[in-house]
Amino acid sequence: MNKKSLSQQIYEARWCYLFVLPCSILTGMFVLYPIGMSWYFSLLDWSGFTKDAKFIGLQNYAEAINDPFFWNAFSRSFIFMFGTVPVKIILGFIIAVFLNNQVLKLSPFFRTIIFMPVVTAIAIIGIVMTFIFSPFNGPANKFLMATNLTSGPIDFLGNPDTVLPTVMGVYVWKWLGITMMYWLAALQTVPQDVYDAAKIDGAQGYRLWIHIILPIVLPFAIVIILVEAVSALNVFPLIETMTAGGPFFSSEVMEVYIFRTAFVTDAGTMPRLGYACAAGVFWGVAVLFITALQGFWMRRTRRI
Amino acid sequence: MSKYLNFIAEKNQLRYLTITVFFLIFSFFWIYPLLWVLSASLKTDFEIWGGLGLIPDKLIWENFERAWFGANMGRYFFNTLIITVVSVVIVVITTGMFGYVIGRYAFPGKKILIGILIATIFIPQGYTIIPVFDLLTDLKVSKNLIGLTIATAGHTPVIYILLFAGYFSRIPVELEEAAKMDGAGFIRTFIMIMLPLTKPVVATVSILQVLHAWNDFLLPVVITLGNPDIRTLSVGVYAFKGEYFVDWSGMAAASVITILPIIVLFLFMQKYFVEGVQGAVKG
Repeated sequence: MNKKSLSQQIYEARWCYLFVLPCSILTGMFVLYPIGMSWYFSLLDWSGFTKDAKFIGLQNYAEAINDPFFWNAFSRSFIFMFGTVPVKIILGFIIAVFLNNQVLKLSPFFRTIIFMPVVTAIAIIGIVMTFIFSPFNGPANKFLMATNLTSGPIDFLGNPDTVLPTVMGVYVWKWLGITMMYWLAALQTVPQDVYDAAKIDGAQGYRLWIHIILPIVLPFAIVIILVEAVSALNVFPLIETMTAGGPFFSSEVMEVYIFRTAFVTDAGTMPRLGYACAAGVFWGVAVLFITALQGFWMRRTRRI
Repeated sequence: MSKYLNFIAEKNQLRYLTITVFFLIFSFFWIYPLLWVLSASLKTDFEIWGGLGLIPDKLIWENFERAWFGANMGRYFFNTLIITVVSVVIVVITTGMFGYVIGRYAFPGKKILIGILIATIFIPQGYTIIPVFDLLTDLKVSKNLIGLTIATAGHTPVIYILLFAGYFSRIPVELEEAAKMDGAGFIRTFIMIMLPLTKPVVATVSILQVLHAWNDFLLPVVITLGNPDIRTLSVGVYAFKGEYFVDWSGMAAASVITILPIIVLFLFMQKYFVEGVQGAVKG
């Protein structure tokens, strides 16, 4: 077989290039170009709205590293991730196991209900939850007091100690339907004869799960954890609409911090786009590092 | 096709009943916040904070009137509708074309292209939003719906392309060869023969993009900061909260206007929602 020259190959594939063009242009404009520019902006002392941008090298990075608010937001993002992902994974799995029962007639109905928060606008969820958790006659407090679980109203979103767990709870509620669907997809890959054979052999109860089903769904578990971990770091809309990072910055995760330094001016300070970009780049690299680690872990597990 | 482990035996009535009742109660609590806002949108402010009951004494439709006209939700509704519909069309065409050649053809540079696509999965939105805002300002489209629409379509998740590529790669080659024999060119083969075969993927991608465009918050809130006329529903309700803080029932009505269309769509097209979501782990 004689190999064609590269230019000949390219010419023959001219239609292919034409077809990838529109999507590539859009991705270039709205994904790749912004990444490059944010690296450049991060080196500027710039409000973002004027023309007087000044090149200051790595000073924004130095400032971010020395800002305690930056590190608080940074670690809070990870607290959020470690606090929500395991709950979602385990709860989603248990629900999926029950709802994967063919015999359970209402199973499709339950799935629909559990999935419903997933399709509702996240900003609306955030706003509605400020009603639900209101200390002034909010339904959550009303219920707790009516059932005598608490004596007085709890200011869920106004108390620095309760605000983050509350937002995390709402996050789990909002997105658990997706985790459940992932697990249902995983459970569907277990061959029916595995289930049947296991039953005939008498491998009942927990042994069936540990020895037969868990090994089959494990590769899925790793993909699910990866997907869930990355999405738990992208929680801007929920937190911005529920608490805007308050009270006293106690629910300010990284994305809210970036948004505040870039756009919010109500403290009388100028917005600082350059600085916000530096914080964003730092954050992006940290997230990339973690996903790369997970990717590595995933590959290793798959090989075994 | 589906596989099940039926550890709840039909014979074991008690166990069956216990599980069903448990899930019924669980479902009620789960859905309560959504039912609460629906009922609040038809109550008076006084009644909203009066009790846990969900049935309004009298249906106050004026709440919707106030939200639709007074708080400008009517305008935001159509903004959101336009952005959603146009971005769905753009996304289906561009990712469909991309997925088609990735799924069926080998050409120089293909691997690099795929590598770049995969890399973009891991970039958090938080740090690209600022240059996007800047780019739209430079292109002079930051003050109208055009900018917001193309930016919404531009943030295309890679999963759409993978869904298309996977589906296209499974279509038998014979179909294409037959088309070529009939003298159909590359574009005609794609439009007349290939695209109609991928209806399920088109449906799935459309649904996912509707969900994304309709519910998006970060991008529209940043783009519309200085421009209330092009707000979307989510941003509108958020601004409503800041401006008319005491109009609880109006805000509940505005929230219902935002979430009800998508919930109805979901109930009718559930299959595609589920397929789209599960595509992320199956792939």
